[in-house]
Amino acid sequence: MGTDYVTVLPEIIMACGAMVLLMFGAYGGGDRRRHLITSLSSGLMIGIGLWIATQGSGATSAFGGAFVTDAYARFAKVLILLSSGAMLALGEDYLERRGILRFEYPILILLGTLGMMIMVSAGDLISLYIGLELQSLALYVVAAFNRDSLRSTEAGLKYFVLGALSSGLLLYGASLVYGYTGSTNLTLIAGVIKTEGVSLGLTFGLVFLCAAMAFKISAAPFHMWTPDVYEGSPTPVTAFFATAPKVAAGALFARVLFDGFGAATSDWQQVLVFVAAASMFLGAIAAIGQTNLKRLMAYSSIGHMGFALVGLAAGTEQGAQALMLYLTIYVVMNIGVFAFLFAMERDGTPVVQIADLSGLAREKPAQALALAVLMLSLAGLPPLVGFFAKFFAFKAAVDAGLAPLALAGAIASVIGAYYYLNIVRVMYLSEQERPLEMRSTVLGQTAIAVSAVVMAAGWLPFVGGFGLPEATLGAAQALIK
Amino acid sequence: MADSNLLTLVTFFPLIAALVLVVFLRGEDEAANLNAKRLALLATSATFLLSIPLLTGFDPGDPGFQFVEQGAWIGGLEYRMGVDGISLPFVLLTTFFFPLTIYASWGVTHRVKEYMAAFMVLETLILGVFTSLDMILFYLFFEGGLIPMFLIIGIWGGKERIYAAFKFFLYTLLGSLLMLVAMVYMYYDAGTTDMAQLLRHSFSAEPMEMLGYTIPGGVQTLLWLAFFASFAVKMPMWPVHTWLPDAHVQAPTAGSVILAAILLKMGGYGFLRFSLPMFPVASEIMVGFVFFVSVVAIIYTSLVALTQEDIKKLIAYSSVAHMGFVTLGIFAANQQGVDGAMFQMISHGFISGALFLCVGVVYDRMHTREIAAYGGLANRMPIYATVMMLFTMANVGLPGTSGFVGEFLTMMGAFQVSSLAVFGAATGVILSAAYALWLYRRVVFGDLIKQSLAAIKDMNARETVVIAPLVVATILFGVYPSLALDLFAVSVEALVDGVETAREAALADGLLQLAAEMATEGN
Repeated sequence: MGTDYVTVLPEIIMACGAMVLLMFGAYGGGDRRRHLITSLSSGLMIGIGLWIATQGSGATSAFGGAFVTDAYARFAKVLILLSSGAMLALGEDYLERRGILRFEYPILILLGTLGMMIMVSAGDLISLYIGLELQSLALYVVAAFNRDSLRSTEAGLKYFVLGALSSGLLLYGASLVYGYTGSTNLTLIAGVIKTEGVSLGLTFGLVFLCAAMAFKISAAPFHMWTPDVYEGSPTPVTAFFATAPKVAAGALFARVLFDGFGAATSDWQQVLVFVAAASMFLGAIAAIGQTNLKRLMAYSSIGHMGFALVGLAAGTEQGAQALMLYLTIYVVMNIGVFAFLFAMERDGTPVVQIADLSGLAREKPAQALALAVLMLSLAGLPPLVGFFAKFFAFKAAVDAGLAPLALAGAIASVIGAYYYLNIVRVMYLSEQERPLEMRSTVLGQTAIAVSAVVMAAGWLPFVGGFGLPEATLGAAQALIK
Repeated sequence: MADSNLLTLVTFFPLIAALVLVVFLRGEDEAANLNAKRLALLATSATFLLSIPLLTGFDPGDPGFQFVEQGAWIGGLEYRMGVDGISLPFVLLTTFFFPLTIYASWGVTHRVKEYMAAFMVLETLILGVFTSLDMILFYLFFEGGLIPMFLIIGIWGGKERIYAAFKFFLYTLLGSLLMLVAMVYMYYDAGTTDMAQLLRHSFSAEPMEMLGYTIPGGVQTLLWLAFFASFAVKMPMWPVHTWLPDAHVQAPTAGSVILAAILLKMGGYGFLRFSLPMFPVASEIMVGFVFFVSVVAIIYTSLVALTQEDIKKLIAYSSVAHMGFVTLGIFAANQQGVDGAMFQMISHGFISGALFLCVGVVYDRMHTREIAAYGGLANRMPIYATVMMLFTMANVGLPGTSGFVGEFLTMMGAFQVSSLAVFGAATGVILSAAYALWLYRRVVFGDLIKQSLAAIKDMNARETVVIAPLVVATILFGVYPSLALDLFAVSVEALVDGVETAREAALADGLLQLAAEMATEGN
C-alpha cells in the first residue's frame, strides 16, 4: 500500500500545493498576492515536470491498476506540466493589464493540470473519468474567467453545456463497456476482448468512448465548441486550451485505445480514420474565411488534431510515436504563437484581427520573422520542424496500410497552407495603415524566439531533433508493450 | 580527410552568411544596404570558389556518387550527400549564377538586407536539392525553396505580385505533397530512404486492379504519376505551366533569372534522378503521354509566345517550349536523348538567364516591359543590341551557340523513339525562330522614333560584367560541347544502361506486352 503513494507522489504534491495556495490566497491576502501565487504555481508545475523527467524508465501501477506510471505517462506529464507552467507565466502580464488576474486563476490551472496528469496515468475507466472531470471543471471556470465580458461568459457556458454532454457520452460508453466485459480496468478489458472478441454492445461502448474523447481533443465532427470558446475566452486561457489539454486528451485517447482495446484495432481504426480525415479537412477549409486570429487558431488546432490522429489511426507503435511527436511539436509551436498574440496591442487594447498584422515586418522585423517561421512550421513546410510532425504521421499511416489517409492528409495540408501563408503575406506584403504595438515582456519575447528557433533549426543534422524522436519512441514502446 | 565535408560546406555556406547578415547587420541606411550587398556578393562568390574543388576533384569516369557524406539525422533518418555526373553540373550552375544575380540586383533599394538574405537562403536550399542523396533530405530542400521564392516574388515583385506568389506557391506545393506520399510509400516498400539504394531497388511493375480498372505497371505507374505531378509543375510542362509566366512577369529581374536558370532545372533533375531510373517500366509505359504533352508544349507555347506583348512573358513561354525538348530527351531514355536533355538544361540556364538580364537592363531604364514601348534601340545601345542578338540566336538554336547542341541531341534521341514527335518538335524550332526574331526586330531594329527612348544609355560596366560570363559560356559550349558532355556522359550511360536492363527484364516477364495490349484495347 505504501508504494502506491510513492507512485502518485507528484500528483499528491500537486494537489497539496493547490490546496495550500488556495488557503494562502483565501486567508493570507487574497488578490494582493496574485503575482506570488501565479509564480509559485508556475514554478510548482515546471519543478514537478523536471522532476518527472529525471525519473527512471520503469513502469509501476498503483491502487489495483487504476493508476499507471510508465515512460508513456511520464512523457505526456512532462509535456503537460511544462506547457501549463509556461503558459501560466506567459499569460500573467496580459491578464494583469486587463485587470482580470485574480489569485484563483493559477490555482484553477493547477487543478486542471492535476486532472490531466491523472488522465494520462489512468489505467481504469473510473480514474480516467475522475481525471477528466477534474480537468474539465477547472477549464469551464477559467473559460468564463473574464466575468464582466459577455463573450467570455458565453464561452464558459457553451463549453460547460457541451462538455457535460460529452462527459455523459463517456459515462454511457464506460457503462456499456463495463456491462459487456465485467470490468472497468483497461488491462482486464483487454483480456476479455482477447478471449471473447468484441461483442456488439462493446462496440457501441467503444464508439461512445471515442466520441467523448474526440470531443475533448476537439476533433471533427465534435469540434463545434472550439471556435467560440477560443474566441470568447481571455487569450491566455485560449492559449492554455490549445496546449496542455490537447496533449492530455490525445495521450488519454491513445491509452484507452491501445491498453484497453488494443486487440480490437480494426473496430476503432475506421472511426479514427474518419475523425482524422474530417478534422484535417474541416480545419483546413473552415480556417480560410477567418479574420480573427483566435478563431483561426481554433480551426488550426482542429486540423492539427486531425493530423495527430492520423498517427493514432495507424494503430501501431510507430503511430503512437507519431502521435506523441506531433503533440509535442504542436505544443511548442503554439507556445510561440500565443506568446505573440498576448503582446498584440493597439492603444492599450488587445487586438486579434489578422488585418492588424499588416506591415508588421517593417515595424518589428525580428518578431515578424519569428511568427512567419511559426506559421510556416504550422503549415508543415520543410525544412521546418512542423514538416517532420506530419511526415512521421504519414509514414505511420502508410506503413499501417492507410495510404489513402496519408494522401488525404497531404491534400488537406495544401489547403491549410493557404491560410498560414496568408498571415505571412499580411505581415510582409501588405502596407500598414497604423502600426501595431507589441507589448511583449522579456519572457514573452524569449518564448517567441525560442519556439521559432527550435522550429527553424530542429532539423539540422547536429541538432538531431533535440532527442525528441528517441524520447517519443520510448514512450510509444511503453504504451504498446 | 579535409574535403570530406566539402558538399555540406558548399551547401550551407550561403545559409550561414545569411544568418550573419540578419543577426549582425543593423540599420536601414545607405551604408548598411551597401554592406548587405557586398556581404552577399562576397558570400556567393566564396561559395562558387568553394565549389570549384568539386569540379577539379571529380572523376568523370566514375558513374557512382562522389564526395559522399553520411551521418545520423533525426528519427532514424540519415543525412546523405553526394554528387554524380548528373547532379554536379547543376551544383556548379547554381554556384555560378548566384554571384551574378546578386551583382545584377545592385540597384535594389527596397528592404535590401532581407532581399540578400532571401537569395542566400534560396541558394542553400537549391544546392541541397542537387547534393542530397537521401530522399527525405531531398524533399526538404525541394520544398523549402518555395518559401524564399514566395517572399522574393511577393515582396520585390511587380504589380500583381501577391497573386503570382500564391499561384506559384500553391501550384508547386500540391505537386510536391503527392510526391511526399509516394516517397513515404517507397520508404515502406524498400525500407530505406537512401537514394543510391533506391536506384538499385526495383519497384513492382505487376499490373494492379484499382476501382475496377487495371493499371498497367501497377505500383510503379502510381509512384511515377505522383513524382510526375511534382516535377511536371516545377519543370513546367504543359498544361501545368500557367504559374510560370505570372511568376516571371512579377518577379524582380534576379528572381526571374534564378527561376529560369536554376529552379526549372529541379524538375528535369528530378525526372533524371527519380522517375526514369527508379520507375523504368512506368516511364516506358508513359512515354507516349510524355511525348504528347512535350510536343504540345513546344508548339502551343511557341504560338502563345508569338502573341505576347510583354517581353518577360514571351521569354517565359519560350522557356516552357524549351523545357519540352528536355522532357522529350529524358524520356527517350537513350544516350543522345538524355545527354541532350542535360545539355539543353545547362544551356537554357545560360541563355534564359541572360535574356532575363537583358530585359532587366531596359526595364531598369524605362520601367516597362511592353514590347510596343521599345524600338530602334540599336541606334543608342550598340553593345546591348549585340548581346541581345547573340542570346536571341542562341534561343532559336543557331549552330555555334549552346542552344543548338541541346536541341539537336534531344531530337536525335527522340527520333529513335518517335519520328512523329520530332516532326512536331522541329516545327516548334521554326516557330521559336519566328517569335524570337520578331521580338528582336520590334525591340532593337527600326528607327528610334519614340521620344521616351531618346536619352536611353547603353549597358553600363556592371551590367556588362554580369552578362559577359554568360556570353562566353554560350559560345564556348556551343563550339566545344564536350566540355560539358564529358562531365556527365558516363553517369548518363550508367543510367541509360540501368533503365535498359530493367526494361528488358520487364519485357521478359511480359509486363510491357501486357501494357501495350491494354493500350491497344483501350484505343
